[in-house]
Amino acid sequence: MAKPRLATCSLAGCFGCHMSLLDIDERLVELLDLVDLDKSPLTDKKEFDRPVDIGLVEGGCANDHNVHTLRQFRKNCRILVSVGACAITGGVPAMRNMIGLKECLEEAYITGPTIEGKGMIPNDEDLPLLLDRVYPSHEVVKIDYFLPGCPPSGEAIWFFLKALLTGREPDLPYRMLKYD
Amino acid sequence: MSDQDFLITVDGMKVRAKRGQTIISACDAAGVYIPRLCHHPDLKPAGHCRLCSCYIDGRRASACTMPAAPGMVVVSNNEELNNDRRVVLDMLFVEGNHFCPTCEKSGDCELQALAYRLGITAPSLTYQWPKREIDASHPDVFIDRNTCVLCSRCIRASRDVDGKSIFGFSGRGLGMRLNIDSETKLSDTSFAAIDKAAKVCPVGCIVIKRTGYRTPIGRRHFDKAPIGTDIEACEVGDPE
Ligand code: SF4
Ligand code: SF4
Ligand code: SF4
Ligand code: FES
Repeated sequence: MAKPRLATCSLAGCFGCHMSLLDIDERLVELLDLVDLDKSPLTDKKEFDRPVDIGLVEGGCANDHNVHTLRQFRKNCRILVSVGACAITGGVPAMRNMIGLKECLEEAYITGPTIEGKGMIPNDEDLPLLLDRVYPSHEVVKIDYFLPGCPPSGEAIWFFLKALLTGREPDLPYRMLKYD
Repeated sequence: MSDQDFLITVDGMKVRAKRGQTIISACDAAGVYIPRLCHHPDLKPAGHCRLCSCYIDGRRASACTMPAAPGMVVVSNNEELNNDRRVVLDMLFVEGNHFCPTCEKSGDCELQALAYRLGITAPSLTYQWPKREIDASHPDVFIDRNTCVLCSRCIRASRDVDGKSIFGFSGRGLGMRLNIDSETKLSDTSFAAIDKAAKVCPVGCIVIKRTGYRTPIGRRHFDKAPIGTDIEACEVGDPE
């Protein structure tokens, strides 16, 4: 029987959640026995070309490219999981949500105390278009499971994945359910 | 059991109560935890948050304000009530701006701990991202209204314990905010870090400066055991 396929992506996140996945240490070998790693920054596979069983999403949506990737994940993954505070709440990037995009960019690039001379807001057409605010993943597509934490511990990620892969409900024990 | 004491039933358990005692305080003394947020054992009950809402003799009422009466039958821990509690918590999360990973209260926060206890992994409502003011004017205390849950503990503590009445609410509904002595800065008031009002905030809104992040992760109040465990660990006397 073919192994289940696992895909991962990092949207508006810091890659800390991916680091935490790598933090399961030697159990990575066991994980690779259980799944085929498909599209992921860890494999550098760029596009989906077959259905995937589990997709892990790190980070919320801060720009149109994040939205595009998230929709691709929803389309191609049977089970989609929001991993970490950024995917679930917007997290640290969403701290701009109470300020407003324009004000935030002006402070960062024009009026801020660290700007020397006449600043300018980056406007290259190759840059993804920033959204009005940072959206948690479940406000953009349907998410099946949530694994909170910043990042969730390697232990929590391992517990969660093993539960999913063995067909159990991934109910985290108390000490693994964390928002920080 | 003195002559004055009587028994009530809470989730099928016999709980001893005294005349004038609220249901929640009788339960606390008996080792039965009812979830709560605005209630504080040292303050007058307010009945603001509705988290302690129970079926009391078949009707919904808040256990923190309802006086116990002989023979009362209370249901607190059932799926319907816990689901309603989850919705109340969800509302508090999305109506404020809660960034737990950076919050000084994380690990010691009662809102977060209640969400853990009730197994919330993500809010079911849409984030509101309201604009809330910060007041860092006071030398020793910081006010971050982004996390205020409008429980009124600080108001009651300042008024009834400290005798200062420094805090109040303004506005209503979604626009309701914590006010300081009608629109002044905290540094313009007689507020002090040793005030009761500085110690009762359940969330990261009123925090003492230069004390944050001191306790390592793993040793904070709610890292190991759910909120209410200390109450549940109380010795339950034989109610006879
Ligand atoms: S949840 Fe924390 S660790 Fe994960 S991407 Fe966001 S900031 Fe990084
Ligand atoms: S007040 Fe509590 S729930 Fe809100 S951000 Fe701080 S730790 Fe999280
Ligand atoms: S500041 Fe804290 S204690 Fe005061 S109303 Fe807000 S949450 Fe309650
Ligand atoms: S604890 Fe009873 S209403 Fe808040």
